[in-house]
Amino acid sequence: MSISETKQEQRDMSSRWLGRLGIYGVMNRDNNLVLLIAIMVTSFVLMASLRPDRFLTLDNFDSMAYQFPEFGIMSIAMMLTMLTGGIDLSIVGMANLSGVFAALAMARFIPEGTTSVQLVFYILGAVILSLATGLACGLVNGLLISRIGIPPILATLGTMQLFTGIAIIITKGYAVFGFPEQFTVLGNEALWIFPIPFIIFVVCASACAVMLNKTSFGLKLYMMGTNPTASKFSGINNAAMLVRTYMLSGLLAAIAGLVVIARTNSAKADYGTSYTLQAILISVMGGVNPSGGFGTISGIVLAVLTLQFLSSGFNMLRFSNFFKDFVWGATLLAVMVMNYLVNNRRSRSRALGLDQREAIVGESDHIDMRPDARRVQE
Amino acid sequence: MSRPFLEVRNVSKSFAGVRALENVSLTINQGEIRCLVGENGSGKSTLIKIIAGVYAPDHGDIIIGGKLFKRLHPIDSIREGIQIIYQDFSLFPNLTVAENLALNHEMSQRRRFVDWRGVNQIAREALARIGVEIPLNARVEELPVADKQLVAISRALLQHARLIIMDEPTTALTRREVDALFRVIKGLQQKGISILFVSHKLNEVYEIAEKITILRNGKNVADGDTSEFDRAKLIYHMTGRQVEQSRYEREAGGDQARPLLKVENLSRRGEYSDVSFELYPGEILGLVGLLGAGRTELAMSLLGLRPPDSGRIYIDGKPIKIRSFEQAVKQGIGYVPEDRLTQGLFLQQSIGRNIVVGTIDRYLNRFGLIDSRKVNGQISKWVRDLSIVTPSPLLPVQSLSGGNQQRVVLAKWLASNPRILVLNGPTVGVDVGSKAEIHRIIRELARQGVGVLLISDDIPEVLNNCSRILLMRKGRIVEEFTAGMVSENELVNKLSGAA
Repeated sequence: MSISETKQEQRDMSSRWLGRLGIYGVMNRDNNLVLLIAIMVTSFVLMASLRPDRFLTLDNFDSMAYQFPEFGIMSIAMMLTMLTGGIDLSIVGMANLSGVFAALAMARFIPEGTTSVQLVFYILGAVILSLATGLACGLVNGLLISRIGIPPILATLGTMQLFTGIAIIITKGYAVFGFPEQFTVLGNEALWIFPIPFIIFVVCASACAVMLNKTSFGLKLYMMGTNPTASKFSGINNAAMLVRTYMLSGLLAAIAGLVVIARTNSAKADYGTSYTLQAILISVMGGVNPSGGFGTISGIVLAVLTLQFLSSGFNMLRFSNFFKDFVWGATLLAVMVMNYLVNNRRSRSRALGLDQREAIVGESDHIDMRPDARRVQE
Repeated sequence: MSRPFLEVRNVSKSFAGVRALENVSLTINQGEIRCLVGENGSGKSTLIKIIAGVYAPDHGDIIIGGKLFKRLHPIDSIREGIQIIYQDFSLFPNLTVAENLALNHEMSQRRRFVDWRGVNQIAREALARIGVEIPLNARVEELPVADKQLVAISRALLQHARLIIMDEPTTALTRREVDALFRVIKGLQQKGISILFVSHKLNEVYEIAEKITILRNGKNVADGDTSEFDRAKLIYHMTGRQVEQSRYEREAGGDQARPLLKVENLSRRGEYSDVSFELYPGEILGLVGLLGAGRTELAMSLLGLRPPDSGRIYIDGKPIKIRSFEQAVKQGIGYVPEDRLTQGLFLQQSIGRNIVVGTIDRYLNRFGLIDSRKVNGQISKWVRDLSIVTPSPLLPVQSLSGGNQQRVVLAKWLASNPRILVLNGPTVGVDVGSKAEIHRIIRELARQGVGVLLISDDIPEVLNNCSRILLMRKGRIVEEFTAGMVSENELVNKLSGAA
C-alpha cells in the first residue's frame, strides 16, 4: 500500500466520521433556515409583546390556524413550480375555477331530500370534480410550457386570465353559495384543537416534503431545476417532469380552492387575487431559488407562519391593509438582503475552503501504479 | 536584447492557513513564450490571479515593466498590458461575434449610436489576425466551443496586450486550429508581445514554448529552457512520480463475438452520410475527425437526440429505432458529453446526487421511496472505486477539480451498467495524473465487455487506448486503422486531409 493510499484512507475515515456527526448535513442545508427561524421568532415576540392581551390567546391561534392554510397550500404549489426554474401565476385562478365547479355541483345538482349517506357521495363527487379540474388546468400549463416552449411566466399569465375568465362566465360574476353542512365542516370545524384546514395543510406539506426528499421524482425535480441540459443528458425526461410538476401545482391549487369555499361557504371567481404575489413572496422568503433547483418545504412553512403572525398582529394593532402590504414587502426585501449577506460571507469562506481542498487534492491525487495503468498522454 | 517584462519574486499566498504558493518566482521577458505547467492544484491558477491583481500576495514583489507594485489591482494589471484568457472565455453569449469583439472599442468611443460598419470592420480584422473565419452575425452561444475560444483570443488581441496569459487555450481546438493559434502566437512574439501559456498538453508545450516553469504543490520545482527537459523529466517534475505508458490491447478471443452495436448506411442531411461501422464487446473504438466532420452529430443520432434520415442501427443484431435519449439509456447506451460543465454535471448539487441521478429508480424500497442506505452505499462505492478525492460526497460537485469532476460524470454512467458507452472528449481539461486514471477506468470497463466509442481530439489518447480507429472527414468515414498500424504523425496528417 502506497503512502498516498494510506492518506486517502485516513481521509475517508475522517470524512465518514464527520458525516456521522451530521456536520456536512448542517453545512449543506439551506443557509437561511436558521435565519428564517430567527425572523419567525422575532415577529412572534414582537407581536406578542405589543398586544399580549390579544395575540397570546387561544382564540387568536385558532383563527390564525384557519386563515393561513389556503395561501400556505398555494405557496407550496408555487414553490414546486419555482423549483423547476419556472413560476405558476395561475394558481389562484385554478383554485377559484376548481372551487366554482365544486360549488356549482353542490349548490345546483344535489336534489331535495337526499339522505345524508347519499349526500356524502355527492360531496365526494364535487371534491373529485374540483381536483380533476385542478389537474386538467395544470396539464394545460405543463403542455404549454414543455411542448410549445412558452416561458412559464407568460404561459401561466395567460392561463390565469383564461381560468378566471371561465369561472366568471359560468358564475356570471356572482358568488355561488349554499353548500351542505357536511361540506362546510371542512372549513370551520376542528379535530380536537386542530382546525381541519390546518390539518389539510399539514398533510399537504408533509406529503410534498416526502415527495421532494424521498422519491425519485423529487430528486429529479431538484436536478432538473439546477441544470436542465445535464438532466436531459442524464436520461431524465424534462418535458414529462414539467407536466407532472404543473399538474401537481394544479392539484394543490384545487385543494386550496376547496378549503376556501368550505371556510367562506361561497365560491367567487375572483377570490383572493392577492394570493398570487403572496405565494411568490413566501416562496422566495422561504429560500426557494427563483432560478430553480433549491428550496425546502420547511422554509415555506416558516415563511407562511411568519407572514401570518405579522398579518394577525397588524390587524390587532389596527393598521390599515396598505400598511400591511408595505410591511410584507419590506420583510421580503429584508430577508433577501440578509440572505445575500449571509451567503456572500459563506461563499467567500467556502471559496477559501476550496482553494485549500484543491491544494490537498493536488498533493495526493493518486495514480494507480499497476502496470496496465502506466500511461500518460504522449 | 530582451528585458524582463514581468517579474514575480518570491511570492507566497495562503488561504485560511493553507499554503497555495510558497516563494514562487516567475520571470517573463519581452517577446518570450513561456509555458506554465503543473497538475491541478499546483497553484497555477493562484499565480495567474496574483498576476492579474485579483489576489494580493502575502509576501513577495510583482514588477511589471520595471515598476514595482506593492498592491496590484486588476485595473493596474490591465493598464500595464496584461490580458488573460480564462477557460470560460468570459464572452457575452447572447451577443454576436462582432458585438463581442467590438464592444470595448464602441464603449470607449462614447458615441450615442452604434457604428455598425465600424463594429463589423473591427471584428473582421480581429478574426483575420488569427486567420479564422467565423460568421460575424452568429450569436456566440450558438458557436461550437472551438469558435468561442477563437473569439475570446481575438478579443484579447484587440486590447493592446503586451503579455497575454492563456489558460489552456487549446483544450477544445483541433490540430489545424491549434496550428493557426501557434502561428498567431509566433507572430505576436515578433511584435514583442510576451505569452504565458498554461497547458496540460505536453506535446504543445514542446512545440510552442521557449521556456518552461513547473509548479508542484505551490512551489517552483523547475525552470529553464524547453530543450533542457525531455518528456519523462517534465512529467516527473509535474507529478513527482514516474509514469509510463502502455497501449490497450483488446483481449483475444472476443473477435468472433457478435457486434454489440452495428450501424448501417446511416445518414442525416447536412451532417453525415452513409456511415457504417460495428462496435464489439470489449472494444474501444476511436472516432476522430476535425470539428465539423460530423462526429458529435453521429453520436447524437446514436443517442436519439438527432434522429437519422436514413439507415439502420442494430443492437445485439436487432434493428432498433432510437427516438429519445431515455430510449437510448434503456438500450444500455451511456454518454459522457463533450462539455462536462454544462451537459454532464449539476454543479451546485452534491457529488452524491450527481452520481445517482441517472439510476435513482433502482434504489427504491417497496413503498416507492428512496432507500437512503442503498443510495449511500452506491455513492461511497463509486467515490471509492473511481478514487474521487473529496472530504464528503455531500459537497457540491463544483468543489472538485476537473479530473475529479469528470470521474463523477463517469460514475454516473458506470452506475447504470451501460453496455455501450459513448465518450466525447473524456479527458478535456484534465491533468496528466487524472487522465491516466480515467484511461485506466475506460480500459477496465472495456475489459469487462463494455463497448466503448471514444470520440477525441487527443490523438495520443486515441492511439494508446483504441483497438480500432475510424477517421471521419466531411460527414463520412473515410478510413479505418487498427491500433499500432498508424503513427501519430500519419494520423494527424490524415486528419487534416494533408496526406
